[in-house]
Amino acid sequence: MRLLRQANNLKVSGIVVLFAIALALPAISPDPATTNIAVFTMMYIGLATAWNIMGGYTGYISLGHAGFFGFGSYTLGLLLAHLGIKAGYTPFLFVPLAGLATAVLALAIGWFALRTRAATFVIVTIAFMFMLQLLAENLVGLTGGGGGLSFPVPPWGGDYFNTPYYYAMLALATLGLAISWRIRRSKFGLGLLAIRDDEDKALAVGVPTRAFKLTAFVVSATLVGMIGGVYGYYVTYIYPQFVVDPLIGISMVLMVFLGGLGTISGPVLGALILEPAQLWLAYNFGASRLYLVMYAAVFLGVILLLPRGIVPSLVELVERWRARTGPSASAPSKAVAP
Amino acid sequence: MGAFLELVGVRAGYGGGDILQGLDLSVEEGSLTCIVGPNGAGKSTVLRVVSGLLRPTAGTVQFRGESLAGRSPRAILGRGIVQVPQERSLFPTMTVWENVRLGAFTVHDRSLVAKRMAAVCETFPIVAERRHEPAASLSGGQQKIVEFARALMLDPSLLILDEPSMGLDPKTRSLVFNTVRDMNKAGRTLLLVEQNARSGLGIATHGVVMETGRVRLQGPGQEVLDNPEIGRLYLGATA
Repeated sequence: MRLLRQANNLKVSGIVVLFAIALALPAISPDPATTNIAVFTMMYIGLATAWNIMGGYTGYISLGHAGFFGFGSYTLGLLLAHLGIKAGYTPFLFVPLAGLATAVLALAIGWFALRTRAATFVIVTIAFMFMLQLLAENLVGLTGGGGGLSFPVPPWGGDYFNTPYYYAMLALATLGLAISWRIRRSKFGLGLLAIRDDEDKALAVGVPTRAFKLTAFVVSATLVGMIGGVYGYYVTYIYPQFVVDPLIGISMVLMVFLGGLGTISGPVLGALILEPAQLWLAYNFGASRLYLVMYAAVFLGVILLLPRGIVPSLVELVERWRARTGPSASAPSKAVAP
Repeated sequence: MGAFLELVGVRAGYGGGDILQGLDLSVEEGSLTCIVGPNGAGKSTVLRVVSGLLRPTAGTVQFRGESLAGRSPRAILGRGIVQVPQERSLFPTMTVWENVRLGAFTVHDRSLVAKRMAAVCETFPIVAERRHEPAASLSGGQQKIVEFARALMLDPSLLILDEPSMGLDPKTRSLVFNTVRDMNKAGRTLLLVEQNARSGLGIATHGVVMETGRVRLQGPGQEVLDNPEIGRLYLGATA
């Protein structure tokens, strides 16, 4: 019991320290190259966490979340353009609206897509993503088509340029983690995990599987849509293949698998490892897309060596070590990874 | 006063003719009724009829004087009839605690859930002892005990167990039967279908022998077990 309390205290202290570092990062290292990496890393922490709420907790693997990312991005861009919102901090206030619009889209798509299971669901989500990409390309009057859509360019510059985006991404990642944490400890989360294990059995014990899956899908997509909105404002110019990019969707999935599917800290760890590595490769090897080779290698490595991801594997290792040593040998092991 | 659960003249089957051929069966409150019989006798079909998974083509099924005819499995569950299926029904990657908690998923009163959880932990210490472990890490017998614990989270009026000893080694089987007997001693009404007739009837307060969809013999469990004809037919030569 004392050990458990100590471990919990250590965990809380670790979270506080990490959050303090994340808050202070632009002040500690203000150079644009570092803050740019920080913006993208924080973005992927948010994306992977959001994806994990659906894919990790329910076991429904969506490879089409890039569609929601692009939709959120386009929604914010169009809102700013049509409402005549000037550059500055005001566009950030419209990010929740982009999330809301994405939620409505996710509700409609999820209503149909979640009638399918397993591989069929994966295929339906991919199809939906390409459908959105085609729509963005062909609805020229609305989206600008292949010519793209411009966002207002912010008035700030220099070392400070990335900072507001970094904090916006940090806020969304924190929101995603808070939601994920709350879900994991709720009755709703219990139902989602039951669906992941065996949907028919979950139904038999009274879990309203359809409503739960749809809720998880919408929550996950809403977060992704909001992050997509901030991303659009950050890069100030988007076009269909750029924001409805299958690689964005695959990156979220890979980060979750690497860190630990269905865990809270796994997606964070996966994003912290993969995104800086990918950006480092991009900086050092130009636009050779060498990072794709790295992604493939990491994916193979994860599947072959760590099929459950880093966090669950580490938890298991620690538990085995604790079981072998010391007086806690008889204590029950923890199956749920943090 | 009528029986707790009463089936009268029940006929039911799966499309290729009726398996139950006018079955009459009654279960008294507080009893441990064990149904035994050869394969194809219709034992599991009785449970499916009571749980609402199979609609009888004729006859009546009454629980506490109320007809269960046409009721959905969910509605029957709501009346306090809970079944633990033959096959393993735990969620393997979820912890023991989560599995048991799922048993009361339809109960919205948190304090009631906590109270039942505490009671279940007292009855089945394994739930608290191995609460953080995934269900898949337990042995077959332990999993069955956790399944019982999960079923008790709904505080059932009638607990139905379909061949709980299936696939278990003798030592574990004895643990499972002792647990079933203890639940009955604690005042719970149980309806048990068991292939292992000797062990099932050995703990039953009431024994029922089925053959070709009908009750061939019934009486106190020990009496049925001691019946020479039943012994010769179903329990082997030593009976």
